[in-house]
Amino acid sequence: MSKGTVLILGARSDIAMAAAHRFATGGYDIQLAARKADSLTTDKSDIELRYQVTVTLHEFDALDIASHNAFVEQLPALPEIAVCAVGYMGEQSENERDVQAASLVMRSNYEGPASILAVLANRFDERGSGCLVGISSVAGERGRATNYVYGSAKAGFTAFLSGLRNRLAKRGVHVITVLPGFVTTKMTEGMDLPAKLTAQPAKVANTVFNAVQKKQNIVYVKPIWQLIMMIIRNIPERVFKELRL
Amino acid sequence: MTLSGWGRYPRIDAKQSAPRNFEALRAQVLQGNAIARGNGRAYGDSAVSAQNTIHMKHFNRMLAFDTERGQLVAEAGVLLADIIDAFLPRGWFPSITPGTKFVTLGGMIAADVHGKNHHKDGSFANCVNWIELLTSAGRIERCSATENTELFEWTLGGMGLTGIVLRAAIQLRPVSSAWIEQRTLVAENISHAIELFEQSHDATYSVAWIDCLQQGKSMGRSLVMLGEHAEAAAVPSQYRKTPLQISLKRKLSIPAEFPSWVLNSLSVRAFNALYYWNGQRNRGQQLVDWDSYFYPLDAIQGWNKIYGRRGFAQFQCVLPLQQADEGLRALLSAIASAGAGSFLAVLKRFGAQDSRFSFPMEGYTLALDFPVNRNTLALMEHLDSITVQHGGRFYLAKDSRMSRDMFQQSEPRAQDYSSYRNSEAASAAFGSAQSERLGL
Repeated sequence: MSKGTVLILGARSDIAMAAAHRFATGGYDIQLAARKADSLTTDKSDIELRYQVTVTLHEFDALDIASHNAFVEQLPALPEIAVCAVGYMGEQSENERDVQAASLVMRSNYEGPASILAVLANRFDERGSGCLVGISSVAGERGRATNYVYGSAKAGFTAFLSGLRNRLAKRGVHVITVLPGFVTTKMTEGMDLPAKLTAQPAKVANTVFNAVQKKQNIVYVKPIWQLIMMIIRNIPERVFKELRL
Repeated sequence: MTLSGWGRYPRIDAKQSAPRNFEALRAQVLQGNAIARGNGRAYGDSAVSAQNTIHMKHFNRMLAFDTERGQLVAEAGVLLADIIDAFLPRGWFPSITPGTKFVTLGGMIAADVHGKNHHKDGSFANCVNWIELLTSAGRIERCSATENTELFEWTLGGMGLTGIVLRAAIQLRPVSSAWIEQRTLVAENISHAIELFEQSHDATYSVAWIDCLQQGKSMGRSLVMLGEHAEAAAVPSQYRKTPLQISLKRKLSIPAEFPSWVLNSLSVRAFNALYYWNGQRNRGQQLVDWDSYFYPLDAIQGWNKIYGRRGFAQFQCVLPLQQADEGLRALLSAIASAGAGSFLAVLKRFGAQDSRFSFPMEGYTLALDFPVNRNTLALMEHLDSITVQHGGRFYLAKDSRMSRDMFQQSEPRAQDYSSYRNSEAASAAFGSAQSERLGL
């Protein structure tokens, strides 16, 4: 017996796929939405075999915001839960020189995710129930020289989620902001990440799942990041601007 | 980055990759000297190549299941634990399982693993319906008992040196509960243990734990444990409504390496005495859940760390039936007099097996762990030569330290395997630190 349906946006990412597995373990049917959705057929069979739930595949381009209404329209069922794991880091040095590259990072992390969640939010609002989960980033807590293009887009997304939560709080729709620190994924492959600060995608997925069950608002995947970001946010600007972080 | 097996010895500086799709995997294989690595549970250097270790973690999807026949098709990186999680609630259990569930499908094929039912059901090869392999030429070859048979036969037990297992179809066994009826028999000494095994051919599962610190008349004192899948009606009353499920247990975990003095002759002696006493108390019939029965050590995450920083080595040999009694005596007496008691000494009767390069042969297999130090390394060399003198051979999935000379003496089949690999251009394409060490 299905517990309901979860829409996973940006399904080809490691965090998204881990979230799909986690919700399927809990008995939810899964809608996987991504570009080149047919490349996910083996993942579909895998999840269906492991957890005996139904998985459907849906072509979705986060950057093509004009298509978002139609995308939600053609889903076989309006999901109870939607998890947005769309994101793209790019190369900071390239983002500094090339406005096109920077724009792509901004649209991938802010405009696209905000657009699709806005469409879903209105449907959930009409229905009077649902849960929206946005995977944002601790990078959005304060702009740093090493990744401020990505960070600024995530900051926008975090603020968007916060406002959405505020708007829908009395409408039966819940909004969750997830702030992972470092995560071992395709995006961070080859980077030298400190083990104690780094989470596995399955851990992020577990945090998302629990946050949905407990209706949490803002969740850090590793508690240590809450402390780190509190410190980083509180460093006075005249000191902060001289730091290399 | 350095890499080692489950025994954490030896540690080898290895070039590693974790391809995410077939094309990337193929490109990596074409670099040569490749070895596939699953979950790293081989004890030594079987799944380490200094030049080209390929992690298969991204090839971990289940592809199809035939609910009528119980055939599962899955990618090589799927864990046995996940197979059990998915299919035991539907009434299917692995036909053959090693002593840990944290192994991958590809790893079980490469090592042609065995379980407590080898005397009845043979090795893992017997539940493999077909394999799809990425070979030296960069091509995908499907092989089975009727198609590409030579490749199929060498691949099972071939330690990953014929190619990279991509997918396989395996046969699961129908069960009506998640429980095992266990019967424990006490053997006074090694001959008695052998006698009990020989009387227990009808048991589905059989295995013995040996207290290796006993000498003289009680040398080989052991607990022989027999098991049968329990019928649904036989499970404990509180589980009878859901006989295929057990509640999850809390896992212990070893947080850090133990200092090496923790494991000494005294603590091992105490552990063994306690285990034996407990076994005697529980002799006779008992109902045990599948996890505790098949995978007792899996409940202690990271148990390999109890042997400390230097790691440990496992010795596992098989002796042919005719020489088993005499050979086991020689091995046990060498171990007891070295005073290097092993935490876990396991004895198992193998049934007949006819295969190209797999480990099992009809006879008795003995497995022991030792912390790595100068004394135990010397002892293990001594055990190697006793094994060879008695016509035995060694389990490569456990080996981390055998000399090339000893291996070649124990393994007349190695020559044929090397010529086969040469003829298929697999020698340059695939290789591990172990194959290099042993001259395979």
